[in-house]
This record gives sequence, structure tokens and C-alpha cells, in this order.
Amino acid sequence: MSLVPAVVLAAPGTNRDIDVAHALTLAGASVTIMPLAEVSNRVLREARIAVVAGGFSFADALGSGRLFALELTKRLGDSLTTFVSDRRPVLGICNGFQTLVRAGLLPGPTGMAALGHNAQGRFECRWVTLQAELASPCLWTSGITDELLCPIAHGEGRFHADAETLARLEANGQVALRYRRPDGSAADGAFPFNPNGSDGDIAGICDPTGVVLGLMPHPEDHVLNRQHPRWTRGEKAGSCRTLFANGVQHAKEL
Amino acid sequence: MTDAHELVRKINPFHSTQTGSFGTFKAVMGVRPSTCLVIRAVGHDPRSAQLLADAHALGISGLTAVTCTDLVFFDADVDERTVQLVSQRLLADPLLNTVVPHTKGHAGVVVVETTLLPGVTDARAEAITRGARLVGLGDLGPIATGRRFELTGNLTEESLQHLIQRLLANPVIERFAIGEVMPTFGAGDSTGPAEVITVTTLSQHDLLALSTERGMALDLTEMTALAAHYRSLGREPTDVEVEMIAQTWSEHCNHKTFRANITFDDGATVVPLLRQLRAATESINAPWVYSAFVDNAGIIGFDDHFDLAIKAETHNHPSAVEPFGGSNTGVGGVVRDVLGVSARPIALTDILCFGPTDLPVDELPAGVLHPRVVRAGVIAGVADYGNKLGVPTVSGAIVHDAGYTANPLVFCGCVGVLPHGSNPTEPQPGDRIVVIGGRTGRDGIRGATFSSMTMDATTGDVAGASVQIGDPIVEKGLIDVIVAARDAGLYSAITDCGAGGLSSSVGELASRLGATINLDLVPRKYAGLASWEVWLSEAQERMVLAVPHVAPLQAICDRYEVELADIGSFSDDQLLVLRSGGQIVAEMGMGFLHDGCPTRHLTASRPTTPPPSVPERIVPDLGAALRALLAHPSLRSNQDVVSGYDHEVLGGTAVRPYGGAAGDGPCDAAVVIPHGTDGETAMVLACGVNARFGTLDAYRMARACADEAIRNVVAAGADPDRIALLDNFSWGDPRRPETLGTLVAAVEGCVDAALAHQAPFVSGKDSLNNEYLTSLGERRSIPPTLVITAVGRVRLDQVVTSDLKCAGNVVLLVGSTRNELRGSHLDAVLGIDGPGEVPAPDPRAASRYRDLHRAMSAGLVRSCHDLSEGGLATAAAEMAMAGRLGLDLAVAGDPIVGLFSESTGRFVVEVAAADVEAFTAIVAESSVLGTVLAEPIVRIASDHGVFKESIRDLLQAWAGHVPGVLP
Repeated sequence: MSLVPAVVLAAPGTNRDIDVAHALTLAGASVTIMPLAEVSNRVLREARIAVVAGGFSFADALGSGRLFALELTKRLGDSLTTFVSDRRPVLGICNGFQTLVRAGLLPGPTGMAALGHNAQGRFECRWVTLQAELASPCLWTSGITDELLCPIAHGEGRFHADAETLARLEANGQVALRYRRPDGSAADGAFPFNPNGSDGDIAGICDPTGVVLGLMPHPEDHVLNRQHPRWTRGEKAGSCRTLFANGVQHAKEL
Repeated sequence: MTDAHELVRKINPFHSTQTGSFGTFKAVMGVRPSTCLVIRAVGHDPRSAQLLADAHALGISGLTAVTCTDLVFFDADVDERTVQLVSQRLLADPLLNTVVPHTKGHAGVVVVETTLLPGVTDARAEAITRGARLVGLGDLGPIATGRRFELTGNLTEESLQHLIQRLLANPVIERFAIGEVMPTFGAGDSTGPAEVITVTTLSQHDLLALSTERGMALDLTEMTALAAHYRSLGREPTDVEVEMIAQTWSEHCNHKTFRANITFDDGATVVPLLRQLRAATESINAPWVYSAFVDNAGIIGFDDHFDLAIKAETHNHPSAVEPFGGSNTGVGGVVRDVLGVSARPIALTDILCFGPTDLPVDELPAGVLHPRVVRAGVIAGVADYGNKLGVPTVSGAIVHDAGYTANPLVFCGCVGVLPHGSNPTEPQPGDRIVVIGGRTGRDGIRGATFSSMTMDATTGDVAGASVQIGDPIVEKGLIDVIVAARDAGLYSAITDCGAGGLSSSVGELASRLGATINLDLVPRKYAGLASWEVWLSEAQERMVLAVPHVAPLQAICDRYEVELADIGSFSDDQLLVLRSGGQIVAEMGMGFLHDGCPTRHLTASRPTTPPPSVPERIVPDLGAALRALLAHPSLRSNQDVVSGYDHEVLGGTAVRPYGGAAGDGPCDAAVVIPHGTDGETAMVLACGVNARFGTLDAYRMARACADEAIRNVVAAGADPDRIALLDNFSWGDPRRPETLGTLVAAVEGCVDAALAHQAPFVSGKDSLNNEYLTSLGERRSIPPTLVITAVGRVRLDQVVTSDLKCAGNVVLLVGSTRNELRGSHLDAVLGIDGPGEVPAPDPRAASRYRDLHRAMSAGLVRSCHDLSEGGLATAAAEMAMAGRLGLDLAVAGDPIVGLFSESTGRFVVEVAAADVEAFTAIVAESSVLGTVLAEPIVRIASDHGVFKESIRDLLQAWAGHVPGVLP
């Protein structure tokens, strides 16, 4: 079977396009990195997976992801929502998550959410432990029972939603990933396990259909054993490769 | 104490608004534009909280609350409805902020507003303009942004000024007002294209006066040569020509000291320093060195398909004046050096030297920023650039010493990767000269000459314009464009636009050809720049390319939204001709520009080592000494800093600055898989620096730093036969014979180290005149500071880290310890300058490193750590903390020497018990120290008895807290 075509959308200031392209390639996708200036409806017609990559699009000058979201909305119009309703997987990482939230794709009709400045008020880069919520319809995290290990690298990653939205997100299974302590127990908001003060230790959410996933951590930076922070000590667990394999597998079956 | 409202009146009795820039308070005339919006955070605002904490840290305790908000100014013509739409669709976010029309402050609150100075790029304004077009609001006309701070509490006039100057407004890029600030919507004064400068008839006195007046930093011999040249031409130079000569001949660009003829006061002559370094590299003649000392960065082979480009730069003077902008653009600059040899940047390093952060404020020299402020700003600047650019910051060090109070040092390094042989370096006559990236403004004017001067109390005020604020997003676009253009073979030469701006970059590219430029085609940030300003501006994020056909490059630039300007072409007449407004504003012979600078003749005196201040060294408690060492500002954990740097982006990082069982142990070197390579071989990167040996013995300091850098990469598994070095000298004024003597000694140390280890230098940089002139006329120089960067390579399956791996393993010392406690960090924590030798070069080090590497290749080494600051005790403690395992060690002889001497050439290695015999058979110079314990304690036995420290207490000393077990 031929490779699954995936497109990685990159605005000026996007900087993890290479990383996520690599992770998708390992998972069996044929990846095109598409600079914003060349993004059009046609791009989505040809792709079966769309990823909004991380970085600092437009230097986050209007708030993280905002201008990128406006650009995508303008350039893609309804084709992005059609893409989702066709159940083609969409992934937004870090700045891509912020962009999908600003574009209204996440959390979807459930309510309103935002990614605010980290509670500690500064950019943070460190490895975190994540647990996928099994009850979530998210196709990207489907069946992932082991804890995931990957770095964060952001200044505006504090997931925040009003109480009503939070309740609906939980009820819908839209909380796809949560920060955990390394021993697997709840982070309960404690730094550095919950590295930014996110409500409910939420690291990633999906839309109600489970097709769109947005998350602040960078699973694309832990897809090889030598990226593991303790590979020199013989440790192997926590690879995020499955997450990308899930997306590619789903797209393959479309 | 006055209440806040009264304070406003007191400062400015006539108006409720005081506007100002720093140094002098200048009134800003005009009326406020009709509309201003305030963006106010909802709920807890980390930015305001941080500001309040910072204010309290500065001792402004009267401040009880701060609310930090953002301002957006619209031109008077924009109607209310449009403003409302902008507010709703581009600015407001119900969960995070509200947007309200601007109102005056209310009683009890002091309002301070800031806005950007004319000409400073306003990224938020640009984003609003772009966003408005996207949502169909059309062209909004000029927009400006600012910030507004609402301050509550009891503030004295003095503390308010202090708060503004230190925290609220950045004097280099912002204006402020107590009350309402007036924004500027760009524009500047208009000036003519060029003026003629009289030099041919000037007396010696007047020539020097001209040099001073224009900030040229040229001495009398050089000014005389300049005048003689124009006498021979029979005309006077234009200001463009004079400025270009001053820049090209500056110490920063021309390395006059490193090219000088030097004579010792005893009559001995010295081979010019740069020639010595090059000669060492040539004599080593490593077949994998492809470019050394000629391009923007050195180029070495990596594997069969790829090369590495490596470069380290200093950005000391700018960082002293504006720490954030200085270090920010330092990173940007060194990245462009690597781009300037067609390489994709893949790793950043930073070595930062600051004064003591606990320096009492009354001991701070006039006009100097407090080391705490410098440190915070520099670190934030480094983080901001690398993080936004998407290049991992993987290696570095922070050094604290009183000698850096007035002259902080910022060393920024970058490694890039490029397909083998893919950097074109031959511009052709007829090639177009193309500038890509940022626009040109009045920023960074005369930076090259500024950084060649001594600082004093007024430097911060007068040199503000020499500092720039970077725009890493634009530089990210440059990376994308250059990599694509390189792969498509679209240019015949490339260089960065750094110190000296277009003058330097075009001047260098055209040095063998000649060029014709139309300055009117250079894109400007705003109108009104004089020709010489366009030519000399050090506006950031620009690259210059020699391009046979512009159209395909234009297409790539469009793809990545990078601006391109075709400003002229290369000729073959050895003449550089600049036009503006239809006139020729400069016509320079390339020969005079590049070879006309007279060689300097300098005198050096032999350095001497001062006697120690105390006859003996008493250490009452070895354990306490170890804990004090771990807590020393130059040795302690910097993980709180490093966690603010993205060290993961690009996914190539295999060994991070901190690692081990809990992710918080120090690593000797960073290990990175270069992007695009097969992933089986990694690049190893580390540095060596020592602030304490330099004042005692510059030669030994250089040997020790080179040895440390090499030792670090060898400890991580790098092949000692494939190590390339970079040198970065930061020194005082070399016209003082004693200072020059230490510089000569350090260069000789570098040369000898390179030859001893067969590790060639491939690039280097010197930053001289790091001095401060006190108000009493006393000159204070930094300690002679050398940073050596080592780049090696390792097979990924042979990477070794420094964290202890397994209880029961045996720990050995590789190398030998001598009584070399002079200048040790033990003395630093004891507060003495004790007796002993400054660590001498170890003649057997090079062969020992090769032995160790063979043992590593045979898989015999479980962990390895280099011994440097703080000696064996510190290294052992670090390995134990990193592995969360204990150690049981025995030290022979005087334990003060055994534990704390900083003799070079040494490692601690961990070897499985069954492998000890095999290991010692390969590494003859090794001795068993003890074993790894499961129990988390470090126990050390010696003639003085046994002491033990728990890992917990060591972590407490080293990190300031006991970190949790991190994933």
C-alpha cells in the first residue's frame, strides 16, 4: 500500500515542522511541509492527515496562534471542517494546538478553552509524563495504555476553560492526555509534573469526534530511543511513536 | 513617602504626564491619537506577578500591586466601529483578557506607559495590520503598541524612577511616560545623501578629534594613513567612505591586535597572533578540516556526506548596555555566521560571565547595570532567540567573578550542518548583489567601532543606538530560504550582515572583484536615513548573496515570506561604487579598504604570577568545603536557567545539558545528531573556561581551558583524533604591555594545546578593550578570559554519560593529581589566594585520552566525568547526584590536594568490577578510587579520617533544593 499523504502546515515562526514531519515519516506517512504562503484548499484535498506544527508563528504577536488561525481560516475556508467531517486526522502540537483552539476546531462546539501564559510566568522546556485517557474517542491516543514521555517547550501552555466547558470536556471524553507524575499518579497541578498550571492537568484535548487532537507537549521529539532522556541508562519506555502510528493507521483505513 | 497621586504632581507640577527617555528627559510634542485600547488580563496574570516579584527583588518593597496591560494605538482617522472590530476579532479573548478603551488612571494608582522608540520594529503592530487585512478590515493605517503599568503602593520618587528604569521600560527601545505616553508611528528626520568630510588638511590633533567625534576608534597612524590616501587621490572623502574605512579597519572587523607586530620589552619579537593560530592548524594538517579561519565559520567533515560548520562569537559590549538585546542579537549573529557558510544551524552554546549577583548596590560603578539585572536580561535574551528560532541551546556555562561587574561577557556559539562541499564561495562579475531578510534602520549604527572602545559611566546613554533587538522569526525565514537556495544551487557566494552591516558584508564579498550598489534600493524600516547609515547599519537578520539569477531565489523568498532586495552587482574593476539619489556617494578602491590599514606595532611585557596572599591553606571540614564548592555560583546547578532554553527542538538532542537518573545531573558535553544525517554518528560539543587562572598565569589558563574542552568531549565518547577547536578571547586593552603580554601567553597556550592534542583551531574571535574607566580615571579590566569550544564526533552506541550507573561497579581516577591548588575554586570558597601551582599542562594527557577512548570503544566504561572546577570531590559528588547512587572512595596523600586540586588531564570513570583489569590494561595511568554504593551517600576516606555526605545534602547545596524525581 502506498504511503499516507500528510501535510504539515507551517507559518513564519513555526519551528517544529521538521520534527513532526520526521515522526510522521517514521510512522509511514509521505509528508509535505507546506509554508503558509502556499497553503490553499488544494493542499487539504490531497492530504489525509493535517498537522499544525509547533513554534512561534508570527512571534505570537497577537497572542499565541491567533494570526496563524486567522490565516488558516482565510486560506482554507470550509475545507478544514470538511477535512474533519471526513474523519481525516488533524493534529495540532504546541503552537499548533493554540492555533486550532483559536480557529475554533478545539474543543469544537463543546465550549471555549484557551492556552494562557504558564503559571510560573516563563518559557519552560522539560520532560513530562503523560497518560492517555482510555475513555476518550481520540483516534490519535486510542489504545495507548502506557505512559508517554516527551518534552514540553512553551511559554503559553496553561490549558484553561470555564467550569461548564471543563465538565463537558470530561463528560465527552475530550480530555485526551493528562500530565502525570513519573510514578503514574495524578499530578494534581503540582509543578513540575503539571508544568504550566493547566486546569485538570490537561495536556491535550480532542474534538467530540476524536479526529482532531491538540496538545502542548511534543510527542514528535520522542519517537526514537536515543531521544529518551535516560537511554544511556538502558531505559526505553514512553515512546510516542504509537500516537503517530495511530493517526497514520486511521488515515490508511479511510 | 508620598502617596501615589501626589507623586505624579510632584514630578511634573504642570501636567499629569511626564514623558522621557533615559539620561535626559525629552518632552514629546503633539497630541494623543484619538484611539487607544487597553488589553487587560483576566484572572491571575503571571506577567504582573513576575513583575511584582522582580520589583521586590530589586528592593522596591513599597510597591504592593502591579497590573500590567497592553496598549494599541490607532491613528486618528480610524473610525470607532473599525476599532471595535479589531478589538473583538484580533485582540480580545474572553478567557484570557478583556479589551477596553483607554481611560486615565484613578486615585491611588500611578500609571506608567511605555511605547517603542521611533524606528524600532513593532511586531505586534505589524501583526494587527496583517490580521486586520485577513478579517477584511482593510488598511488601518499606522498602528503602534505599548504597555501600561498600574502601580499601587507607597513609592518614593526615587523608587519609581528605579522601577521604571530597571523593569518597566527598556531604554534602548522604549520611551516611557508617568501618565499617558505618546506613540510614534515611524518616520524620522531627513538627511542628505552624503557629505564631504575634510581630512587631507587636518593636523594630527584634528585627525584624532575627528576619529573621536565620529566614534571611529582609529588611532593617529590609521587616521594619518586615511588622510594620506585621500591626499594622493586629490580629493576629500565622503562621510560614507570615512565610516566604511573606520568600520573595516575596526578592531572588531580587522583584528588589528591579532595581526600586529608585537615586540616584548626585552626585545624579543612575536609572530603575529593570528598567524600563530593558523600555523598550528596548518601544521596539524587534519584532512577533515575543510575551512579554517577564512569564512564566517570553520568547516569540518562529519561523515561521508555531511560537514559541520562551527563558530563562536562574543557580544560583550552590547550586553553590558542592554543585556536582553545584547545577548539576543549575539545568538542571532552567530547563527548568521553559520548560515553564512550555507549550513543549517543545529545547536547553540552560551557561556556567560557576570559579576556577583549579591554585589551591594553602593559598590556598583557609575552607569553600570547591576549584575543581577545583567544576568536576568542576558539569560532571557539567549532563551528568547534560540527558542523562537527553533535551534536547541544545548551547552554552556555561567561564570561569576567580581572582574565581570562592569564588563559582562556573552559568548554565543553555533554549530550547523551542510552537505559536504555545498558552500559556494566564488562570486562572479555580473552576479547580482541581493539582500534578504530584515529591513535596514538606524539600529546598530557603528556597532563595530563601539565594541572596540572602553566603557565608562556614559556608555549606556550614548551607545544605546549601537544595540539592536533581534527578530528570530525573520531569521527562521532566512534559514528556510538559505537551505532551499543552497540545495537548488541558486547563489555563488553568501555572507552574513553582521558588524559593519552592508559595508562589511558587501565589502568582503567584493574584495577581489569590485561592486556597484544603489543604496536607494535597500529596503528601509523608515524614511530619512543618511547614505552612510544605510551602508553601516547593523540592523539584524540580513544576509547578502551573490546571485546569477534573481527570479528563482525570489520565488523561494516568497514561499517563506522573506523580503528580498536586488541592490547592485559585482564588477571586475576592483572598485566599490555606491550610488544614492543619482549621485555617487562613495568610490573606494578595494585594495586600500582591505589592505590599507597600517599594521600595528605593539609592545608586550612578560606576564608574572603574583605571589599568593596567604602562606597556607586550612580546610577544617572537608565535607563543608565540598558543599560550599557545589554551591559556588560558577559550579552550582543552572538547571533553573537551562529549563528556560529549548534543548529539544529538531529532535537531534541525544545528551542534554542535564541528565542522569532524575534528569538533574550535569553532563560533560552535549551530544546531538545533526539534522539529515543517518543517526548513527553524533556531534559532541563542549566548552572550557576558567575565570580564575587567567590573572595568575594566562599560558596555563589557555592550556587548562583547551584541555577542559577536549576532556569534556572525550568524556562523552568523542574520538580524540577528530576534535576541532574554536578560540574566543575576551581581554582588556592590548595597548597596555602587561595586558598584551598575557594575550600573547594565552595564544601560545592555545597553539601548544592544539599541537599537543592534534586538535586544530578552525575559527576564532577576539573581543578586546573589555575595560571600564571609572570616574576617578582608574581602568578596570576583566580577568583575561578564554573560551575554548571543542567539537568532536562519537558513534551513538559509544556515547558515555557522567551519571553513575550501577552499585558494585568500581570507580577509578584516570590521570594524576599534583599539588595545583593555586587559583582553585577551593580558594574561591575559602576566600583566599592560597599557595601552590596553577595547574600545569599534562604532557601525557593527549595519549591518555586516546587510551581512554580505546577503553570506551571496547565498551568498558559505564560512566565518565571530567575533573575540573572543584577537583575530584566535586566530580565524584556530581556523578553520584546524577546517578542517585552513592560512592565509597579512598584518597591517598594530602586529601586537600587529592580532593580539590584542579590538575588537568583527569577523569573519574566507572567500570564494572569484572572489567577493571581489562580497563587498566588499556589505560595504564589509572588507579582505583573505590566503589559505587546503592546507599545514597558519598563517603571519602583519607589520612584525615572519613567524611560522608548524603546525596540529599549535596543536592541541596548544588541545586538549592532537592529536586523531585523528574521523568
